Amino acid sequence: MLNIEDLQCSLEDGTQILKGLSLQVKPGETHAIMGPNGSGKSTLARVLAGHPAFTVTGGKAELAGENLFDFETSERANKGLFVGFQHPIEIPGVKNADFIRLAVDSKRAFLGQEKIEDEEFQELLDKNLNMLQMGKSYVERGLNEGFSGGEKKRNEILQMAMLDPKVAILDETDSGVDIDALRIISEGINTLMTPHKSIILITHYQRLLDLVKPDFVHVLSQGKIVKSGGSELALELETKGYDWLVK
Amino acid sequence: MSDIDFNSPYKYGFTTNIENESFEKGLNEDVIRRASAIRKEPQFILDFRLKSYEKLLSMEQPRWAHLDFDPVDLQDIVYYSAPKMKKQYDSIEDVDPELLDTFEKLGIPLDEQKRLANVAVDAVFDSVSIFTTHKKKLMEHGIIFCSISEAIQEYPELIEQYMGSVVPPGDNYFAALNSAVFSDGSFVYLPPGVKSPMELSTYFRINNEEAGQFERTLIVAAEGAEVSYLEGCTAPEFSSNQLHSAVVELVALDDASIKYSTVQNWYAGDRETGQGGVYNFVTKRGLCEGKNSHISWTQVESGSAITWKYPSCILKGDHSRGEFYSVAVTNGKMQADTGSKMIHIGKNTKSTIISKGISTNQSTNVYRGLVDVRANAENARNFTECDSMLIGSEASAHTYPYINVANSTSMVEHEATTSNISADQLFYLQSRGIDEEDAISTVVNGFCNDVFLELPGEFAAEAGQLLAIKLENSVG
Repeated sequence: MLNIEDLQCSLEDGTQILKGLSLQVKPGETHAIMGPNGSGKSTLARVLAGHPAFTVTGGKAELAGENLFDFETSERANKGLFVGFQHPIEIPGVKNADFIRLAVDSKRAFLGQEKIEDEEFQELLDKNLNMLQMGKSYVERGLNEGFSGGEKKRNEILQMAMLDPKVAILDETDSGVDIDALRIISEGINTLMTPHKSIILITHYQRLLDLVKPDFVHVLSQGKIVKSGGSELALELETKGYDWLVK
Repeated sequence: MSDIDFNSPYKYGFTTNIENESFEKGLNEDVIRRASAIRKEPQFILDFRLKSYEKLLSMEQPRWAHLDFDPVDLQDIVYYSAPKMKKQYDSIEDVDPELLDTFEKLGIPLDEQKRLANVAVDAVFDSVSIFTTHKKKLMEHGIIFCSISEAIQEYPELIEQYMGSVVPPGDNYFAALNSAVFSDGSFVYLPPGVKSPMELSTYFRINNEEAGQFERTLIVAAEGAEVSYLEGCTAPEFSSNQLHSAVVELVALDDASIKYSTVQNWYAGDRETGQGGVYNFVTKRGLCEGKNSHISWTQVESGSAITWKYPSCILKGDHSRGEFYSVAVTNGKMQADTGSKMIHIGKNTKSTIISKGISTNQSTNVYRGLVDVRANAENARNFTECDSMLIGSEASAHTYPYINVANSTSMVEHEATTSNISADQLFYLQSRGIDEEDAISTVVNGFCNDVFLELPGEFAAEAGQLLAIKLENSVG
C-alpha cells in the first residue's frame, strides 16, 4: 500500500533530515514508528503529505503504486493519504462542519462523484461524532479554534473517519490526551481499521500501542530506520530506552 | 440571490443596448439648469444645486489619499444620461423588456412572479430609478420607499428638511460635485414606531461609458423606527474609467435603528494592465440625531479600480451607537483607501470599527479611520480592530488611524494586525484534499467571518462566493 524507498529530504537551508528511509506497509497492517526526539518522525509524515518546508532530495514513496511526489498535497489526500498532525493548526472563523464538508466534497469531486447530500453528510457526521463521543458543538465551532490539545486530536480522528483514507499516518495522536480520551481515540482507530487500510502510528509511548496493537515497530534515528521488529520491540524500548540502538 | 459562475472573472461585464438621451460632455451652470428643468425640479432643489456648484468651483480635488491616479477631468464627463422613458414606471408592464432582462441577468428579477418576496428593490440604471418593488405593501405600513426624484416631487418638505443635513454640499470636493449634479437614487422614510417588514435594497447598474454616476440616497428613520437596507452595484467592462460619486445620508431619531449594508462589485479594470474600471469616490455618513439611536454600516468592497470612502457616524444623541464593519478585498491593480469616522458628541456614546483588508497581486489596500471624542462626550467608548492580510509578495497594506480625544472619561481602544496568509493554515486544508484556491478562500472567509455575520441573511453566502472569485489566481 505504502512503499517508501531510500527517502531523503532536506530543509530549505540544506539541512538533511531524512537520510535514506525505507518502509513497506501492506494493506491491513498497523506500523508504529518510534524514536528519539529530532529523529525525523514528524518530518516523515509532513514530507509524505507535501509540506512546502521540505525538499525531497532522493528516493521515492508510492501510494498504491503511484509516486506520491508527482502530486500536489490535496491530490495526495484525495488519493487516500491522511496525516493526523501532532499540532493541528487553528483556522479562526471557519466552521468545523463546513470545513469537513468541503474536504469530503473535494475528495468526491476528485473521484468524479456528486457533492454529498445534506442528509447523508449529517448522518455520517453524527455517526462519527458518536463513535468519538464528541458533542455536536464540536462541529459548530471554528476549526480547532480554542480547542484543547485533546479536542484537537479527537478532531483529527473525526476528519480521518469522514475522509476514509487508505493510509493514515497519525503523528503523536496520543500526546496531550488524557487516559479516557486516549481510549476513545484508540477505539475509534480500531473501528476504522479494515483489511484494506494501513495505519502508521508515530508515538513515544507504549500506552497507545497497548490499545492499538501494531504488527510492526520501527525505530527511527537520525533520519533512518535503525531497527524493526514486532510489537515486542516496543515493550523492549519501554524498559531499555533508545541508547542501545543509537550510537 | 444569484448563481455565480466561478469560471468568469467578472460576470457582470456586459452592456445593454438601450436608447438613451444624454447631454454633451461638460459641466457648467447651464447644464445644471437644463437637467433640473427636464426633471421639473422645484426651485429649492435648483438653488441647492447651484449653491453646491459654486462651492465646487472654489474647491480643489483632494490628493491626501494613498491613491495614485490623474485628477478627474470634470469636463470629460456626461452629466445627464437617461434611458428614454417616463420618470418612473408605475406598472411593471411598461418597463422596457431590455431593462427587465438586464436586471434579471444580474439576479434581480423585478416582475411580480419572480421577484424576491422579502426584499423590496429599487432598481437604478445609469443613475435613473427604473422600478421599485413592494412599494404599495410598504406604504400600508406608512413606509416611503421610492426614487429620490420621485420624493422631490411628492415629499418636498422631507427632502428640504433632510437633504444636505448630514453631508453639507461643501463637505468635500466630490460631495459638492454630487450635490450639484446628482441624478437619482433612493429615498426611504420610516414614520415613528415602524419597523420595516422586509429588507429594502437598491441595485445600481452603470451602463453608459461616458456618463458620470451621481446617486443620492437619503434614509430617515423617525422615533423608534427600524430598517435594514442593502445596496449592490455592478458595471460593464469598459477600457475607460467611469466616475461614480455618490452621497448617502442617514438620519436616525430617538431610539431609531438603521442598518446599511453594501456589496460593491463595480468593474475593477483589467487585472493585468489596470486599464478601465470605476472610480468609486463616495461620501456616506449617518447622523445619530436622537438618544439611543443606532446606525450600523456593513460593507463588502470587492470591485472598482479605486475605492475612496469612509462611511461614518456622527453620534450626537446620548447613548447612541455607531458601527462599521468592513471587508475590502483588492486584486490586480486595484487601489482602496477606505475606513470610517466615528464622531462622539453625545454622552455614553459607543462605536465599533471592525475592518478586514485583503490584498493580492499588485493591489494597494489602505485602512484610514478617525475616532473623534468631543469634550462633552462623557463615557464615550470606541473599539477599533483593523486586520490586514496579504496574499503573495507584491500587494501592500497600510493603516492610518487618527484618534482625537477631548474627554478624559472616554475610552478608546485600537488593535491592528498585518499578516501574510499562513502557509501552515493552507497546508492543513490542502492535506485534507482541498485545492489551493479553495484553501485560500476558506482561510480568507474565516478571516472575514465577523463582518459577514453582520450582513443580512442570504447576502453573507453571496459575499463569501464573491470573495472566492476575487481570490482566484491570487497566488503563483
